[in-house]
Amino acid sequence: MTHVRIQVQTGDFDLAQEYQRVREQNPRCGAIVSFTGLVRDFNADGAIQSIFLEHYPAMTEKVLQKLAERAQERWPLGGITILHRVGLLHGSEQIVLVLVAAQHRAEAFAAAEFLMDFLKTEAPFWKREDSAQGQHWVDAKATDQRARERWKP
Amino acid sequence: MINVVFFARIRDQLGIDQIHIPLPDGVNSLLQFTAYLTATHPSFAGIIDQPTVLVAVNQEFAQPQTPVEDGDEIAYFPPVTGG
Repeated sequence: MTHVRIQVQTGDFDLAQEYQRVREQNPRCGAIVSFTGLVRDFNADGAIQSIFLEHYPAMTEKVLQKLAERAQERWPLGGITILHRVGLLHGSEQIVLVLVAAQHRAEAFAAAEFLMDFLKTEAPFWKREDSAQGQHWVDAKATDQRARERWKP
Repeated sequence: MINVVFFARIRDQLGIDQIHIPLPDGVNSLLQFTAYLTATHPSFAGIIDQPTVLVAVNQEFAQPQTPVEDGDEIAYFPPVTGG
């Protein structure tokens, strides 16, 4: 059985605490891979004061649950944690955490990358950047779409 | 009734976050529903019917041929940019 923890939250998360939880739940797993996404304080147009993350509350956790199920269909995994923050965030703050536990590193690395590639293209979150020039919605990147395409069977 | 919700840039462009409308007679698919919405709300045309816009019916990604039924929630939103 895979231990799955999915949460969308306004508050911060503690990587050490989440890692410890996954470690304790998975004594048979020899590998835990973690990915943390952070707010950058600049974009192509200059400095960013903050970002605002909006989501579709009724849909977001459903999509993340399905992504976790799809990862489990592809690899034998002991644990999956996906935490994503919403609301107002400033430079260098944590946005997203993906933790994957598996018996060996290959599955853990692959599943963590798979989860992030699909989260970036399917989970209903939107980033708005706030800078001295005003507010603007971030455009989706073609590179994120291409990253997802490579997982197609 | 159909609950129609809009998010992010689409909501800002429309200036409205949701509307409740009765399911019109003869509307059975998402394609028909979007056509009905843009016909009855001309300011929505060119925004919710753009090819890049994503649509979910009852919180599941939908296609033009996805059936639409009374009581559904239909969401229109731009490509996602989380993570």
